[in-house]
Amino acid sequence: MTSNDTALLEIKNVSKFFGSVIALQDVSAFVRAGEVTCLLGDNGAGKSTLIKVLSGVHKASEGEYLFDGVQQDFGSPREALEMGIATVYQDLAMIPLMSIWRNFFLGSEPTRGWGPFKMFNSTFAKKTTTEEMAKMGIDIRDPDQTVGTLSGGERQSVAIARAVYFGAKVLILDEPTAALGVKQAGVVLKYILQAKARGIGVIFITHNPQHAYPVGDHFVILRRGQVYGDYAKEDIPLEQLVQMMAGGADLEVLQHELEEASKEGGDDAALYAETAGEIKSDLQAIGMEDDEGDA
Amino acid sequence: MTSNSGPPPDAATSEPAPPGSAPPADERVRKTSGLSRLLSRPELGAIVGAGLVWLFFAIVAYDNNFVSWATTASILNRAAPLGILAVAVALLMIGGEFDLSIGSILGFAGMTIMVLIYPTADGGFGWGVWPAILLALVFALAIGFFNGSLVIATKLPSFIITLATLFIFRGLTIALTRQFTNRTQLGDFDEASGAALADTLFATDFTILGASFRVAIVWWIAVAALATWILLRTKWGNWIFGSGGDANSARNVGVPVSRVKIGLFMTTAFAAFLVATIQAVQFNGSDTLRGFGLEFQAIIAVVVGGTLLTGGYGSAIGASFGALIFAMVQQGIIITGVDGDWFQVFVGGVLVIAVIFNNYVRQQAAKR
Repeated sequence: MTSNDTALLEIKNVSKFFGSVIALQDVSAFVRAGEVTCLLGDNGAGKSTLIKVLSGVHKASEGEYLFDGVQQDFGSPREALEMGIATVYQDLAMIPLMSIWRNFFLGSEPTRGWGPFKMFNSTFAKKTTTEEMAKMGIDIRDPDQTVGTLSGGERQSVAIARAVYFGAKVLILDEPTAALGVKQAGVVLKYILQAKARGIGVIFITHNPQHAYPVGDHFVILRRGQVYGDYAKEDIPLEQLVQMMAGGADLEVLQHELEEASKEGGDDAALYAETAGEIKSDLQAIGMEDDEGDA
Repeated sequence: MTSNSGPPPDAATSEPAPPGSAPPADERVRKTSGLSRLLSRPELGAIVGAGLVWLFFAIVAYDNNFVSWATTASILNRAAPLGILAVAVALLMIGGEFDLSIGSILGFAGMTIMVLIYPTADGGFGWGVWPAILLALVFALAIGFFNGSLVIATKLPSFIITLATLFIFRGLTIALTRQFTNRTQLGDFDEASGAALADTLFATDFTILGASFRVAIVWWIAVAALATWILLRTKWGNWIFGSGGDANSARNVGVPVSRVKIGLFMTTAFAAFLVATIQAVQFNGSDTLRGFGLEFQAIIAVVVGGTLLTGGYGSAIGASFGALIFAMVQQGIIITGVDGDWFQVFVGGVLVIAVIFNNYVRQQAAKR
């Protein structure tokens, strides 16, 4: 993506090194208010590292981090959170042994009273948790229930509801649909659209283009720590996004191998040749046969 | 709450809610809610256990006057120092860490006070009681800070770090005391200036119905009440549960986990200092071996009190009842005239039973 004046959050040419390992190199991306930017990538693409840079857990080794057009240098997730950059992690940042309301306000407890007698306002916390969850369409019967007893979709919605409640301007979602069934994933996608409608900039990290495409405005595809593709929604059909995620180049290699195998003859030669042909026509259909070999 | 009487047809209207899982889960909650809610209180096991142990001795040792004010006073006096330590250790263990060094800190703080107030002619410093107590407090807090910082900085298990400081500070206590005074036991606390006020604060006895209760019991109750208030009613309490439940998750949502943990190590060190002071006044002196093995008794009291060894769950009230059980068993064995050698066997047995019971309780709580 090119530099953008209206971006709410933007990273430019960010790299992250761990010793000799290059986890991210020259990654640029942005999100505008009320838009969803999807970061797509397979395992090992550098998604987790990028999330940690975005949320303030890691500092980028190189590159710029702009929020509202101002250069930032977060020392901890708390600093990012105070600016309105909230992250919902894959492991949900939920403590299973703690109750829903304690989890909901963990790290941002409402207090009443003064000085050394400041108390965690549990009445308010319980009431608010129930209300906020109801807004997301989840009926929490008992905010004292431990989070460990909730289903994956429910936990996810608690985490998203929490971030939205705390006035997130940017919501970073780490694989929110990964562990969910089809229908529960749909519920989470609905919350993403709700957040977007409220003017929140959403960064949606996923390896699933089927989940990303319906809600995304921009798609940044990561591979091996670098940006492999970068598209606005109108510039890329779902099929091509799927193909790029599946790794068009890998499929080409597979196609060639199958062709070689079929030339060697043997019992399965016909099958190999047929499969290779199918892959070839698929690649042609999405216009990837010969370009983007290595990106 | 118990008014969760939403009928199952509810599922039809809540289409957006995660389907499938919600209605059956609610039914399970309703069926077992009452019992499991009670069972999921961490201190329940220790309170019931304390009742059972008391009942046991009330029957077995009735003729030995177990059910009396005098015995009750003895039990509480015995439980108080351990209770103060156990409450602090409970906070630390809920926060996910161990402190094996509190016995040594206790010894170190006690000897610090005694060496400082000991007459200069005998190798001491001739200080007044209050400056000595203040410096002992500073030392104790510094050791706690050192323990915590080392655990955070090295990311090593606190078990190992505090095992090391257990030896370091016990060794320092013995070596330095001998270096200065050429002795291992120092007495005559009451001859130093300011001893009278210290005696009132830390070693007064209250006579109620002919039995003598020590003021340490008041300290214990105050510490337990404060700890419970912090745990359940302040944001610090929430941070302690979070830090112990999952330090990474807690850090991710902005909990200052390192500060919380260092603070908890300083809390256990403070408790050790408080008990050291109480005992120095009460016993009119200190000994280089004071507090030896007390760290394990405190951990046992905490675990019996329902706190999970893995952190994130537990209670200060439970730890207090754990200490109470410990003292009842000790006192019961003494007055029944059973060979005291069997005491440790009993304590070990109680520990195993308590841990098995707690595991069961936690599984029940997780299932509901």
